[in-house]
Amino acid sequence: MDVLTLSRIQFTLTISFHYIYPPLSIGLGVVLVLMEGLWLRTRNPLYHQLARFWTKVFALTFAMGVATGIVMEFEFGTNWATYSRYVGDVFGSALAAEGIFAFFLESGFLALLLFGWDKVGPKMHFFATCMVCLGAHFSAIWIVVANSFMQTPAGFHIVGEGLKARAEITDFWAMVFSPSSVDRLFHTLCGAWQAGAFLVVSVSAWYLLRRKHEAFARASLRVGLLVGLVASLLQLVSGHASAQGVAKNQPVKLAAFEGLYETTPNAPLTLFGWVDESGQRVFGPKIPGMLSFLAHNRASEPVTGLREAAPDARDRPPVNVTFQLFHLMVAIGFALIGIAALGCFYFWRGSLFTKRWLLWLLVFSVLGPQIANQAGWFAAEVGRQPWIVQGLLRTSAGLSAVVKANSVLAAMLLFSSVYVLLFAVFVYVLNDKIRHGPDDTDLHPSGKLALPERRKS
Amino acid sequence: MNFGHLDLNSTWFILIGVLFTGYAMLDGFDLGVGALHLFTKKDEERRLMLNAIGPVWDGNEVWLVTGGGALFAAFPDVYATVFSGFYLAFVLLLVALIFRGVAIEFRSKQPMRWWRQMWDVGFSCGSVLSSFLIGVAMGNIAWGIPIDARGEYAGTFWTLLQPYPVLLGITTVALFMMHGAIYALMKTEGALHDRLRGWINNCIIFFIICYAVTTMATLLYVPHMAARVRANPWLFSIVLVNMLAIANIPREIHHGRDGRAFVSSCLAMLALMGLFGLEMYPNLVLSNPLPANSLTIHNSASSQKTLGIMLTIALTGVPIVLAYTISIYWIFRGKVKLDKTSY
Ligand code: HDD
Ligand code: HEM
Ligand code: HEM
Repeated sequence: MDVLTLSRIQFTLTISFHYIYPPLSIGLGVVLVLMEGLWLRTRNPLYHQLARFWTKVFALTFAMGVATGIVMEFEFGTNWATYSRYVGDVFGSALAAEGIFAFFLESGFLALLLFGWDKVGPKMHFFATCMVCLGAHFSAIWIVVANSFMQTPAGFHIVGEGLKARAEITDFWAMVFSPSSVDRLFHTLCGAWQAGAFLVVSVSAWYLLRRKHEAFARASLRVGLLVGLVASLLQLVSGHASAQGVAKNQPVKLAAFEGLYETTPNAPLTLFGWVDESGQRVFGPKIPGMLSFLAHNRASEPVTGLREAAPDARDRPPVNVTFQLFHLMVAIGFALIGIAALGCFYFWRGSLFTKRWLLWLLVFSVLGPQIANQAGWFAAEVGRQPWIVQGLLRTSAGLSAVVKANSVLAAMLLFSSVYVLLFAVFVYVLNDKIRHGPDDTDLHPSGKLALPERRKS
Repeated sequence: MNFGHLDLNSTWFILIGVLFTGYAMLDGFDLGVGALHLFTKKDEERRLMLNAIGPVWDGNEVWLVTGGGALFAAFPDVYATVFSGFYLAFVLLLVALIFRGVAIEFRSKQPMRWWRQMWDVGFSCGSVLSSFLIGVAMGNIAWGIPIDARGEYAGTFWTLLQPYPVLLGITTVALFMMHGAIYALMKTEGALHDRLRGWINNCIIFFIICYAVTTMATLLYVPHMAARVRANPWLFSIVLVNMLAIANIPREIHHGRDGRAFVSSCLAMLALMGLFGLEMYPNLVLSNPLPANSLTIHNSASSQKTLGIMLTIALTGVPIVLAYTISIYWIFRGKVKLDKTSY
């Protein structure tokens, strides 16, 4: 295989593996803030136990996120050197800002969150939890800003020619608020909240099925289901906003999402199906006019097809793959709304705990956000091909000039074997933690946390 | 923000130096603790060692991440050339850092002996290997690497393993081991503390030998790394500070003033990095054998606009970072004790 293919596979593997953990850290961060906040408000020790247990799970996902994130930070330089030279002026500042504003905040306050239970008072500890959560959100901001520049470049001009050409920044804020960054950030964050919330839901439902730690599980489930429902509904809103943005800024990608070849008014939305790339047709059930309506708010408005947006087939992404990934994500999005709504409904009615089929559904719901997160990123990134920076630099031109195929292959084998090992260990340790369950001693806060609150006298 | 006539390229040269020096002083001690880890035999002692760095190692590593990000933003050509040129070396470094990180998290999660032994080895080897590779990278940058007219690396993986860079790699391991041992001394008490006190002399001797050999090798074989000091005798004061700081370490240890020994060790690193920067300036990566192809703070920098934006970011962010980092070190001051939240 050539360096290009190998590098792409390597990048895909490492980023997909990294992206298993950040959504969990971000989502669990929100859940932790809620749980600890509830504890501070109500002083119900059950919430303290919740916060303690989920902190341990959080520590695990966080450690994996950190270990795999370092690889990403340097991979731009190792595998995509030409791309790094090209975008460094613009892209680098987002990455550096991420270090200064996000990673320091997360990792610093993480120390207090994990080890500070007995060392600081409850308010201070709560503050640390909030800061870790905030830091995780900041890191999403900066990395999505960097990525959005690649999707919808803004705030720059091109300097130099040929091999020496590169993008230089002209307007920092225009770069930060590129046409797609806000929608995509919101969408990514909702996906992360879903990932965290459904993990909580899944574990709690499993305890309920096993009739273990029931009080704990009910309280967890309540927090998890609520966050899950809110995030799933918001996800629909933000996904729709993203889609309208794609229709405007990246018509090729939108056409690939829907397998639309011919520019058509009243364009139909395909619910599911198959793209015949050589025949340039889509098979599957369609709702007439729906795509036009979703993309432009009017059913009669034409939607640009691939033949018009990218007349040269070499400028198109692999259509069927993009189509399937996009539809997978959307399908899961609707399914999650349904599951969360059902769960909340029966929880409120009080009969959830006797509905074993629903509890089982909740146990497996944890996979939904994970699959949708991956599918969403794949759809967004594959749909951008053959560009590494939309309209400016092709992926094939972004490679490192000096790296040889066998080096990339060696690196890839090394990373894959390490990651397989790590994943196995992660699942093993997580499973162990879940089987062990919450500690009953956590019902009694210790150390400084146990001190009665000082009242103003 | 408008920075008037400030020389932004030089400012970023210094700031990136500061980030990497911060990395060496902070992550240096936890890499060093990692290098010493296998010398402790009892499970409880190993847990103490891990918990001595537990709350802070992740924050320390962020200095490297931020340094990398800053390099990318300020000098993208250096980032691109060095990382793609040192490809396999960096891949190894990344794997080493991964193992070190997850080993700390996973080790004490299971009671089985083989399990703990496995992660202990991972932790220790990861730490030694990362320190060594960081040193080798520094050594290559000082020695000079083959760079072609496009600014791309023109050597192979084996070009990186010349004697001088390898020597610097070993010296870095020695330096971090000493630094880590002093830190461990500060954080422990009782039997473990007494045993550490026994080893620390070996660490110091090992480092001083490496240091002397490196200094000699530099003077003999890498004269450009001593040229500026030779031309400006007053710069010799930095060399002096460096030597005095190193000499002060055994003295403070002898008197049981571990905290001061740690400060001396930090000071020694500061002086070493300062000298390194002084001799390199204005080059970021030396080209050897064709010096004209060197990457400098001018030919590899981002635009003035970006450097200015980044400086604004740094000036807003770094004070906040320092404030809470110091508070967190303060909260976790004192000797480590094992409790429910420990690894
Ligand atoms: C939407 C969120 C998101 C996305 C798309 C990415 N990351 Fe990430 N990253 C995080 C969200 C995150 C996080 C939540 O901040 C992490 C993961 C879990 C964690 O604990 O911190 C993290 C950790 C993390 C670390 C370790 C930080 C530390 O030492 O504390 C680095 C260096 C990176 N990431 C770099 C990257 C790069 C270069 C990416 C792109 C290619 C990337 N991440 C994608
Ligand atoms: C975290 C979730 C992400 C996932 C799952 C993901 C997935 C992918 C995939 C599958 C590709 C390969 C597309 C192809 O080659 O056909 C790709 C390419 C790329 N992505 Fe992402 N991506 C993510 C985030 C990011 C971010 C945040 C950035 C930058 C800030 C980024 C930068 C790149 C670059 C530079 C490439 C080009 C290399 C290539 O085409 O293989 N990605 N990504
Ligand atoms: C409910 C229906 C949904 C719709 C209409 C929708 C729509 C979209 C669109 C149009 C994009 C592409 C944006 C771009 O390329 O710029 C996208 C990307 C993405 N989606 Fe969704 N999505 C939905 C559900 C979900 C769910 C449930 C998740 C995860 C839990 C998710 C996670 C993602 C991610 C991580 C990306 C890549 C990041 C980005 O480009 O914003 N999506 N989605």
